[in-house]
Amino acid sequence: MVRRLSVRSPRLQRARRPPPSAPPTTAPMDPPSPPPPPPYPPAAAEGGPAADSQAAELPRLTVTQVEQMKVEAKVGEIYRVLFGNAPNANSLMLELWREQHVEYLTRGLKHLGPSFHVLDANRPWLCYWIIHALALLDEIPDDVEDDIVDFLSRCQDKDGGYGGGPGQLPHLATTYAAVNTLVTIGSERALSSVNRDNLYKFMLRMKDTSGAFRMHDGGEIDVRASYTAISVASLVNILDGELAKGVGNYITRCQTYEGGIAGEPYAEAHGGYTFCGLATMILLNEVDKLDLASLIGWVAFRQGVECGFQGRTNKLVDGCYSFWQGAALALTQKLMTVVDEQLKSSYSSKRPPGDDACGTSSSTEAAYYAKFGFDFIEKSNQIGPLFHNIALQQYILLCAQVLDGGLRDKPGKNRDHYHSCYCLSGLSVSQYSAMVDSDACPLPQHVLGPYSNLLEPIHPLYNVVLDKYHTAYEFFSS
Amino acid sequence: MAPSSTSSEGASDEWLPPSRRPELADVVPVTQDDGPHPVVAIAYRDEFREVMDYFRALYFAGERSVRALHLTAEVIDLNPGNYTVWHFRRLVLEALDADLREEMDFVDRIAECNPKNYQIWHHKRWLAEKLGPDIANKEHEFTRKILSMDAKNYHAWSHRQWVLQALGGWETELQYCNQLLEEDVFNNSAWNQRYLVITSSPLLGGLAAMRDSEVDYTVGAILANPQNESPWRYLKGLYKGENNLLMADERISDVCLKVLKHDSTCVFALSLLLDLLQIGLQPSDELKGTIEAIKNSDPEADEAVDADLATAICSILQRCDPLRINYWSWYRTTISSQT
Repeated sequence: MVRRLSVRSPRLQRARRPPPSAPPTTAPMDPPSPPPPPPYPPAAAEGGPAADSQAAELPRLTVTQVEQMKVEAKVGEIYRVLFGNAPNANSLMLELWREQHVEYLTRGLKHLGPSFHVLDANRPWLCYWIIHALALLDEIPDDVEDDIVDFLSRCQDKDGGYGGGPGQLPHLATTYAAVNTLVTIGSERALSSVNRDNLYKFMLRMKDTSGAFRMHDGGEIDVRASYTAISVASLVNILDGELAKGVGNYITRCQTYEGGIAGEPYAEAHGGYTFCGLATMILLNEVDKLDLASLIGWVAFRQGVECGFQGRTNKLVDGCYSFWQGAALALTQKLMTVVDEQLKSSYSSKRPPGDDACGTSSSTEAAYYAKFGFDFIEKSNQIGPLFHNIALQQYILLCAQVLDGGLRDKPGKNRDHYHSCYCLSGLSVSQYSAMVDSDACPLPQHVLGPYSNLLEPIHPLYNVVLDKYHTAYEFFSS
Repeated sequence: MAPSSTSSEGASDEWLPPSRRPELADVVPVTQDDGPHPVVAIAYRDEFREVMDYFRALYFAGERSVRALHLTAEVIDLNPGNYTVWHFRRLVLEALDADLREEMDFVDRIAECNPKNYQIWHHKRWLAEKLGPDIANKEHEFTRKILSMDAKNYHAWSHRQWVLQALGGWETELQYCNQLLEEDVFNNSAWNQRYLVITSSPLLGGLAAMRDSEVDYTVGAILANPQNESPWRYLKGLYKGENNLLMADERISDVCLKVLKHDSTCVFALSLLLDLLQIGLQPSDELKGTIEAIKNSDPEADEAVDADLATAICSILQRCDPLRINYWSWYRTTISSQT
């Protein structure tokens, strides 16, 4: 029998009902109860964006406007049902359908149909999307843990890193998926299966002269590669000055005039890359190189009338950005001292934030870097949620959930494991975003729907369930 | 010259499994090492399974041959996301000294059917890097084609940007941006591209030289569609790192005030005015009057009459932009920290 290192602390037990009638004493800094979600604007006219009689007078609508109106109409229909319901019907609509999600996820863990061949180079990702979603629901099945460890061991390359399937070239993205899966399983067998020495060598081989990382041998360079490399290296405690060298400068160059971060220098600001870039800078302890106020403003404006987040300006809402954008703002809630310093200096001088950065730390020790991820999560939030956390939960519960289990991009789309993972991750971030004391449980008013909707908290820098992170941190620190 | 990289002759024939092809008779297929209890097990169809088994045999053997090239094309057709196959294909192409122009035609046909695939665009970049500036126009034509079907395809835009910077073709790029923005002024990707051109084109003299005309262009776009976030962000971007110039340009506060006259709850206008005040703009009487009028239009206003202008704007924003009430509350704290 494998000895499980993970011991659940009582405070993390999933609540099945609201806390006792005497809730924990409200901290002095506890933010006020958030207002109800904003009223939904009137839907677009039935049958089309503009009535015929108006067409002659109004400018022609663009593709962007038409597509946006279609989505708003669909979402508006759902919300009107909610607002028109009796209160007890609402509680059903606002429930997280745990059993259905667990069934959908567990089935996918064992067997996937022929159409999944297009993900044949992404099987560690499938493991991660499924296992992480189950961990958020606190429902990891015991009987598959060893099989997953065995499978991922067959994806591990003899020279380090994990491929997208057995015998495939090692790739930083699937390495991230594999390591996060193993950390989420959390057993000694899982954690010890990671060959850290070879992993380190693989990552060094992926370093480019720009400081950034290639996804694989001869592969593409972008901010995702930097994040997956730095996140994994930090998580398993092999991050050092060599791996860190130049990464911060590369990511700084990817922050755009809009404030968000792009996949490459000059590309368009994008929610996924913004999260990846911001998290990487925090893990490197170089977050002061980013213009944080500009980034916060950009992300805050990605939450739209549908209550969910879009990935780019004037793009459509998508449930996965509940995590990518929601977590980015949640991270900045712990960075307010840095933000304040930047604002003071930017208002008093002509030089923009970042130009005054001192550059990479001269330290090269791995232990120096590992603690940034650890210390960060121990920090209290210095401010309440910077996004509308209740509205976001509303989008996820009402628009992203699929009745038969699984979650999706938006109404009208199909469920998939990727969106199940990132919608639930975003839901967790949202539920915990109002907490000031990092050891407390969220108050019921910060959890939309019944309190049983509450998910496990995550470490937002890695997107790993928090108690699994702590187990891994202890394991890899010894 | 190396043989063609396209599919072998007889494409119209019935598909023949690899195990029945004479040219592969000596190959021993390698099954996937999934272990005794596979997880996330995909129910592969026979065709997929067999082609992959033969691919693995050649890949593990490192065989850089014509038949390997053909087989990689087949695997790519089945699963274009398999980055290992693309990587191996590049090794084979190099070993065979293949005609990379033909390879670009091959990959373009695949890209049209899989326009959001990382591996395909990376392969194109690799090819374009080797083919050099001669291929710049062809690559621009290709990305135009993809963007005509999906105007915001992130990969197509990244490729277009890379080709511009590495291989050239700047001459018509601003005109292309104009065309796209005329078709859809909400196309944020086109605004982002415009920013690249304005700041980086070697033909235009850089942002300082272009700023004045770009401000006029952007103000026009704002006035035409004040609810379009893209030009508001672009306008501020034109003054990135130049707060003094931003304050000094009267067109900025003017466009905000014009918009607010027609829609007193335009969040973008209020937000930009707030930013201007934060960096030290001395408000004109017109600005003060406009904000006062908006503030007074709220019967529930509980603000002290002597609250400063920035705080007043924050209060207005908290009221008319409830989705971002938390953000504006935070922004408000940054105002008091300046006092």
